[in-house]
Formats: sequence, C-alpha cells, structure tokens
Amino acid sequence: MKNKAYAVLAALACLLFASSAFADKPVEWQTGLQSAATGIMEEIRWFEQYTLWFIIPITLLVLLLLIIVVVKFREGANPVPSRTSHNTLIEVIWTVGPVIVLLFLAIPSFQLLTAQLTPPPNPDMTVKATGNQWYWSYEYEVGENPLSFDSLLLKDEDRAGLGKEDKAAYPRLLAVDNEVVVPVGKTVRLLVTAADVIHAFAMPAFGVKIDAVPGRLNETWFKADREGLYYGQCSELCGKDHAYMPIAVRVVAQDKYDAWLAAAATNLGEANKALMASTDGAAKTVDVAANAAQ
Amino acid sequence: MAGTAVHHDHRHDHSDHAHADHAHQPLTFFQRWFLSTNHKDIGTLYLIFAIIAGIIGGTLSVFMRAELQEPGIQIFHGLAQMVYGFEGDAAIDGGKHMFNVFTTAHALIMIFFMVMPALIGGFANWMVPIMIGAPDMAFPRMNNISFWLIVPAFLLVLLSMFVEGPAGAYGAGGGWTIYPPFSTSGMPGPAMDLAILGLHIAGASSILGAINFITTILNMRAPGMTLHKMPLFAWSVLITAFLLLLSLPVLAGGITMLLTDRNFGTTFFAPEGGGDPILFQHLFWFFGHPEVYILILPGFGIVSHIISTFSRKPIFGYLGMAYAMVAIGAVGFIVWAHHMYTVGLSLEAQRYFVFATMVIAVPTGVKIFSWIATMWGGSIRFSTPMVWAIGFIFLFTVGGVTGVQLANAGLDRALHDTYYVVAHFHYVLSLGAVFAIFAAWYYWFPKMSGYMYSEFLGKLHFWVMFIGVNMIFFPQHFLGLAGMPRRYIDYPDAFAGWNMVSSYGSYIAAVGVLIFLFGVVEAFAKKRVAGDNPWGEGANTLEWQLSSPPPFHQWEQLPRIK
Repeated sequence: MKNKAYAVLAALACLLFASSAFADKPVEWQTGLQSAATGIMEEIRWFEQYTLWFIIPITLLVLLLLIIVVVKFREGANPVPSRTSHNTLIEVIWTVGPVIVLLFLAIPSFQLLTAQLTPPPNPDMTVKATGNQWYWSYEYEVGENPLSFDSLLLKDEDRAGLGKEDKAAYPRLLAVDNEVVVPVGKTVRLLVTAADVIHAFAMPAFGVKIDAVPGRLNETWFKADREGLYYGQCSELCGKDHAYMPIAVRVVAQDKYDAWLAAAATNLGEANKALMASTDGAAKTVDVAANAAQ
Repeated sequence: MAGTAVHHDHRHDHSDHAHADHAHQPLTFFQRWFLSTNHKDIGTLYLIFAIIAGIIGGTLSVFMRAELQEPGIQIFHGLAQMVYGFEGDAAIDGGKHMFNVFTTAHALIMIFFMVMPALIGGFANWMVPIMIGAPDMAFPRMNNISFWLIVPAFLLVLLSMFVEGPAGAYGAGGGWTIYPPFSTSGMPGPAMDLAILGLHIAGASSILGAINFITTILNMRAPGMTLHKMPLFAWSVLITAFLLLLSLPVLAGGITMLLTDRNFGTTFFAPEGGGDPILFQHLFWFFGHPEVYILILPGFGIVSHIISTFSRKPIFGYLGMAYAMVAIGAVGFIVWAHHMYTVGLSLEAQRYFVFATMVIAVPTGVKIFSWIATMWGGSIRFSTPMVWAIGFIFLFTVGGVTGVQLANAGLDRALHDTYYVVAHFHYVLSLGAVFAIFAAWYYWFPKMSGYMYSEFLGKLHFWVMFIGVNMIFFPQHFLGLAGMPRRYIDYPDAFAGWNMVSSYGSYIAAVGVLIFLFGVVEAFAKKRVAGDNPWGEGANTLEWQLSSPPPFHQWEQLPRIK
C-alpha cells in the first residue's frame, strides 16, 4: 500500500521534475531529497512525498480562492459589497478541516519518528564520531585493537597520492582523506560528540542528522542497504571552516570490511588503498551508474 | 515623515481642540526629535530607523548572495582585505569568518532593528493610540527612552563587526542563535560581548515598549471601546506586547549567563564545569519561538485592516480572528524545542513538540481563510496596499505549509539546518512580515505624511519585489531537500544551479528596495495632497477621521464608540 503510493508519487515526481535526482550525493538542479540507502531514509522520502499531497493542494486551494475573489469580487464586477461578517458553519468547517488534515499527517509522522528513535537491539558494531574545528575523528570500538583516525577535507594536492582524482566519485568539498568504512546490511550504532564547539553529523542518504555536543554523547544508528560511497556535511555552524568538514562513509561487503579493518589496525593509508583497489572498480560503477540513471 | 508639520495645519474638522495648541511653545528641532514624547514623532523616528537598518541588513544579504552565486570564494577574501586589512591566505580565512559575521549581523539587524522597530515601534506607536481613541501612549517619556535605547543597541551590534571575535578574526560569527560553546570559548574576543550587550539593550527597549503598549491598550481605550470592539491591529499589538514581556526576560537571562561564562568564569553552559550547552538552546528558543510570532502578529493585524478597507466589508469572523491570534501567541510559548530536534531529545519529548507545533496550524488556517472570506462578496479595489496584502496571504501560506512539514521531527531530521529551513522562515518573514510592513507603509503613508505616494511606483515596487523574493527563496527549497546546509560560504558544485538563480533573485529584490526609496522621495517631492481618508468608506477605523497628517495631539475630546 505504502509502496504503491510511493511508486505513483515517484513516477509523478519524475514527470514533474525531469532532472529529479536519486544519488548518494547531490546532483545539479536536484529538486528532491537524495536517494535512500537505509530503510529510515526510505521512510523519510515516503513521508516527504506524502506531506506534499496535502500541502500542495492546500496552497493551490488558497491560490484558487484568491484568484476567484480577485476576479469575481473586484470593484468593476461587484460594485456593491455584501455585509456578511459571520457564518458559524463555515468557521467550524475551516477549523475542523485542518484538524483532520493534521491527524492524517500526525499518524505516519509519529510512526517515522518512533522508527528513527527505536534502534534495533544489539547493534553489530559501534562507531564514535567526534567533531573538531574543523574535521571529524572516528573511533571503532572493536575488541582488543581499537581503531581511530581523523578524517579531513580532501586537498586538491593530495588527490593523486590517494588515488582520488575522479571528481565525480570524489567531489570538491565532499571528499575526505579517510572515509568511515562500514559493512553493508549491518546495524551500526553511531555515538556522536564534539571536542570544542557544537557540530552536527549529517548523512542525507541514511536519514541521519545528530548534533555533536561537547560533554554529551548522542546516539543514533543506521543500517545501510546498498554498497557505495556516501557524502554528508557538518550541519551546525562551528566557525570559519564550517563548510569544509565533510563526512564520507564507504559501505562495503562484510569480507572487504573485515580485510580493511585488519589492515587498518597497522596502516590505515594502505588499508584504504587496498579497499579502493578491491571496490572502486565496482564502487565506481555503482556510483556512476546511480548518477547516470537520472 | 520628517516633513510632518509641527505647526499644525488645521484642515481637520475637529476645531474643538484647535485652541489647545497655543498653550505650547513651538518646539525646536532638537526638542521635537530628540526629547520627543509624542507617539507619532517617536513612531516616525522608529520608521526612519527601521529603513536605515533595513538598508544595512539588506546590503549584507546581497553580499552573501553575491558570494554564493558561484561555487568557490569570490568576494569575501577581497572584502576581508578591504575592511580588515588581511593579506594573502589570511584574507581567505578572514573572509570565511566574515561570511559568518554577515549571516549573524543580517539576522540580528533584520529581526531586532528592522522588523520589530518598523511594526511595533513604528506603525503600532503611530496608530494604536489613534485607533483606540487615546491622545498618546500611557508613558510618553518611557516611549522616548524605548527609542533612544534601540539606537545604541544597533550601534553596539554594528561595532561588534569591527572588533576581534575568534582569535585573529573580526566580528561575532555564531549566528543569531549564538549557541555556546562557539559563542563562549569559541569566540574569546570582545565582538561577542558587544553583540550580547546590544541584544540586552534592544531587549530592554522592547520590554519598556511592551509595558507601554499593554498599559495603553488596557487603560486608555475611548469610552465604549470594549476589547471586543477594538481594532484587530490593536489586538495584535496587545498580544505581541505580552509575548515580548514574557519572552525577552528569558533571553536576557540566557545571554547574561553567556556573558558571565565568557568573562567571569561561570560554567552555566560549559560541560567541563558541570554546565550544559543544550540549556542555552532551551533558554534561547523559549524566547526565540515567541519572537517569530512577535515578528508576524502585528502583520496579521495590519493585513486584516487592509483587506477589510479595500474590500469595503467588515472583517469576517472578527472574534475568531482575535482569538486565533491569542491562541497562536499562547501555543507559541510551548513549542520551542521544535528548533532542537537533532540535539538528542528523547522520543517522548520529540513527540510532544511535534504535536504541539502542528496545533498552531489550526488558528493560522482560521486567519488565512477569514481573510479570504472577508474579500468574498466584497467590492475590491486593487490599490497598492491591497496588492501587498494579497501577496502576503499567498506567500505566508507557502511559508506556513512548509512549516507544517518541518514540524514533523521525523522529516526535520533530513531538513534541519539545511536551506529548506532558510526558505521556510524567509517565506514567513521576508515575504510575510516584510510584505506586511510594505502594505502598512502604503496604507498609512498618506495618513502619516499627508501626501499620496505614486500608485505606479507602489505597484512597480510590489511586482519587482514579488518576483525577486520568490526567485531568491523558492529554489532554496530544492537546495535544502538536496541537503545543502545553512551558513556555508562555499558548497559542492552540484548546488551551483539553484544558488545562481537565488542570487539573481536577490539583485532583483535589491532593485525593488531602490524603487521603494525612490517612491518615498517622489511622494515628498510631489506633495500630492492625500486628504483625510483616501481609501473611502471601507476605511472605518478612527485614524481616518483625523486630518492627514493628524494633529500634533489628537482626541483631546475622546471619541465615543457606539
């Protein structure tokens, strides 16, 4: 039922916005939400389309009524104004009507909210993200050899050295030197905090946004359904380089993740290169294919 | 209005109080404009102040849009070089911070020094005493100090842009929300202190104004004017004044704690001392949410009068309109944390704030439909104020429905702190409150000045502005959905297209403002006499029974309301 409605909406959206985008990162002239890589984002996208079915008709109704009064009750067309200033029935209707509309919105809204804030029990792994001025640090809480590294904006001069010259896969202001790597299809618990000022960890394709507050450990979760490279950006004003501390998450198959994690414990740079070598052939086609489909 | 005659020309018919004038010595320029206790003169001062602040705040926004027209940094490193004298790479860093200073100053100026002074200090000061049949405000000297507090407040905020903020950069760049720790440990320089003191003084000015309006409206209505017969603009100002009185002290408390955290070693908001940065957000938004209704409620009142006047019909559902505003004001106090869905609130707290926020849509809907019903069956003349008012209704509706979307915490997760929010609040404020201000300007300009504005220039101003602001803010919905965060000086290349459209829109809107200013000059130059009531029988509130401009003191004999 939900899916059918969603399909109809999506088709309609495609008709309306020929350039409508479904990507792991924003694309030129995009007019809608980014495509979903998690079930939560799928629900957010559905709910956003669902709300449009109410708010666009309401706006058009107001516009239509305004056009009618402007045409029909202009001085030339209606020289003698009526003196009507009350009509209890219609006042009750336009009070109760919106209440009903809001109920229709509230029910799926509460379902979505509950789904977001109810993580599945027993997450498969935990990653901690710490916001700094102006980069992110990540810690993997994995058994005896915990892994931690910083993730900074990719500098142009480092592109060649890191094998990230492809600006379509590694866009300006989104690409980083060290991506977060997580396995596909696994529930990841994400702990978020900050070391200096407030930042916010945002990953649009996952439907995740949570503030990184000093002195506080915020918790959220995601379960990525698709392999690929996903981009987000800091979403709380944190100073001069607020626009220059992106977030990148690489979702890979479990075996590749395991190999990466084992290698990263000793040499992160080599582990990343090995991971890129094993996935980028595939990952690049995933990315480029996703973008070419628009 | 600077040309409003001191020596009153008694074209008005109320000769009964003409003889009272010779009791006064003629006022010198200094006495009249610096020591003023006359609500109309103070209102005029407020309007002039709001125009100046609006030009400054608007200019800041055009600089930001010019920067965002293309990806990369184009102008702010140059600006930082010119204004602060940075060289080379330091200019890039200085420019990045300067952009944040511009977003911060733009918001503070537009909210505290443009919209509030225009609607409350300006139009409400001018018209509320006249409309309720009072000779002046209850506390005329307090009225004067309200105005003369806002001027130094504004100067402090402007000054903050030129002193050190974060180490090695100038100005307070923490956004108008000034969240700690960025506004405490993140910005050690005195810029933030100046901005906080500016807010304190502006807040004190508003609290005094609010006390004045509440006292005036509750005690000085003409005989026979019960609250249920009071014009809706007076209602809207009464409710606004209560919101100010109850919310601004909370802001004052919050920013005082910020100040002591910064300067006297307290740790209200510093976790290392047991404080909590989120506490500030609760205090700020407990003020901040009522504040947005403070900005829009007077506009609701103004639009009601204009719609009624030019439809030649009484307001539809007057009591519903008045109590819808009461409801909006009351519920506005219990929804603040919908600005904080991503800080880590519990599921129960988020559910409550979603529910409470959605409730506000109901009284707002009542107002929209009642305005349309007021026009329905009317005999509508499309004079300039009416065109602005109709534009207001539609654009406010667009901003309102995106507000209903954002109320849903689940969806706000994706849209929080993106351009979707920027688009939403500019539709309700830049296209809502500001359209109401321009509607009020054209509606009351003939009354205040005695001169008629140019109908052609007024309509041209409307259409240029309408096209401009929609071009700025509609594409920002798309940017927000695509995930572009707010307060970014630079963005991934994929966002270039809509940013370019948005920037072009801001240049068009800037031309609109120039047309407005030209229209004001033209009206004073041409001196077309407006007459006591240029709008005809539909304009039936008390100000239209006075001369244009009204006498220095009106209602020396109180009008009786049947």
